[in-house]
Amino acid sequence: ELPAPLLDDSHGKELGDEAAAVKPEDFQDSMKIAWRYQNLPKMEVSPTTHTKFGHYYDISKKMSPELCQSVKLHSFYLHEELPFEPKMKTWNMNSGYARLLQSIQRIISQEGFDGSDPQKKQRNVLRIGIQSLGSILWGDDVCCSDTPEDPQSLTKFLYVLRGLLRKSLSACIITMPAHLIQNKAIMERVTNLSDMVVGLESFIGSERETNPLYKDYHGLVHVHQIPRLNSLICDVSDTKDLAFRLKRKQFTIERLHLPPDLSDTVSRASKQDLAGSAKLLSSGCGAMAIGKKHLDF
Amino acid sequence: MAASWCTTSSPSTSELAARFALWPCSSPSATTTSWRRSWQALVSQHRRRGHFLQIWGTESLCVQEEMAEAKGVSLAAAKERGQLVFLEGLKSCLDLLFGEEEQPGQPSPLQFLSGSTCDLRALFDFVRVSLSAADSWKGPVLLVDDLSVLLSLGAAPVAVLDFIHYCRVCVCCQLKGNVVVLVHSNEDSEDEENELVVNSLCHHSDLILWAEGLATGFCKDVHGQIKIIKRLSLRQAAEQDLVQIYQYKIQDRNVTFFARGLSAAVL
Repeated sequence: ELPAPLLDDSHGKELGDEAAAVKPEDFQDSMKIAWRYQNLPKMEVSPTTHTKFGHYYDISKKMSPELCQSVKLHSFYLHEELPFEPKMKTWNMNSGYARLLQSIQRIISQEGFDGSDPQKKQRNVLRIGIQSLGSILWGDDVCCSDTPEDPQSLTKFLYVLRGLLRKSLSACIITMPAHLIQNKAIMERVTNLSDMVVGLESFIGSERETNPLYKDYHGLVHVHQIPRLNSLICDVSDTKDLAFRLKRKQFTIERLHLPPDLSDTVSRASKQDLAGSAKLLSSGCGAMAIGKKHLDF
Repeated sequence: MAASWCTTSSPSTSELAARFALWPCSSPSATTTSWRRSWQALVSQHRRRGHFLQIWGTESLCVQEEMAEAKGVSLAAAKERGQLVFLEGLKSCLDLLFGEEEQPGQPSPLQFLSGSTCDLRALFDFVRVSLSAADSWKGPVLLVDDLSVLLSLGAAPVAVLDFIHYCRVCVCCQLKGNVVVLVHSNEDSEDEENELVVNSLCHHSDLILWAEGLATGFCKDVHGQIKIIKRLSLRQAAEQDLVQIYQYKIQDRNVTFFARGLSAAVL
């Protein structure tokens, strides 16, 4: 079930309206900020507040069937696939992964994404999405056991997939239930074999759900690795602290912004508690994170 | 800075014993790049007289060529001059799995992937045959990028260490050349197999370049630090290893090295 894309400019306008609505309030309720920070540009919570970047979706609506049918979609459902052909060479890999790789290679080759069809005018990119890789749905026990039967199948799959993607016009996004994988060594290898690795940590069920620091957010976004394709250096963002929010129509990723501490009961004890839970924050994010009591100014 | 340490391990001086250099890297992002910068400095220094056999695990040839071009090193030209032989791991792997049935006399270097064998003999045979075919090569350099990938592909740590041992005998002892290997590592790594390989390689290497991020966290002006460890204790038991630490910043087409605390942003 895919969310409906926002095909007109109404979304950009909505964001603009939201931003405009916020400004008059701020002006009336303006606070004095320390002189050191007075001339710094106002921090934007989301870099795309005023610009339209990429594609936007309304998660309260589903994508129309007509739109789905107008594009060429290939799907792969393991349990509906034909059994593994006996004449194929032994791949020494979980058969679910092996069949998926064969399917991807077949589509790349048949649809000309590997440049084998020079006559093809419209050069498009094959976008591949793989869900819950490593889960039991793929016949892998990496999520169920600390000592899986065949831990190398997953990493071999990723390596071969990387080869297929590198030699064709394609990109792939994979989701993995990392919270179920007990074997950390496998996660380290998966990270090393990937170009970009992003983790989502939900607050639901954790103590952070009730932490006042995070009251505006639903979870954190961890960027573990960013790609360096065809270049020596990658575009590293200034901020490492990102959080996500699930609004009625949107899923947004924002800079984690600590609100000022305006409570009546500002005390040393409470500051230490908050600082303890904010210990993962980098030094760029707010003075409240400096929690050592002898540095209290 | 990158150029100067490469000179000391140059194989052109016959008096120098063959060296075995190892570069463990942690935090793959910036540090792997700095390793690639440094090996390109090595290539550009030796391009007139040196010869290279490189095994690429994780990047395709065109990506490597582009990155080399940024430093003014043309891999294609080096190949034409007969100075460079390479094995593209990704391509080899795809050929093995999706290609035609392999010829009996020409096993794929990555044959261990198909499970017919559990050692890396075919990979070593590729190295040995490539080097023996190039009779005129003096002091060849074998570059492996990166060894940790072999573990992810199902090779046992012992098989990987055996492969490196055979390469050392062939390249360092017989041909008086150098072997340079890249591995990944983390301080709090739980990958025991990888740590076993890294520790064993560190123990046997003459020179270790350990590139890692700063302990204090991310910094815009200093991307990481590199520890250069010269294993003098291998030559004489009483000698201490010489450790030098530099910090670096990676730019578009260059990496600048400087002493700790002396980055351009501070001065």
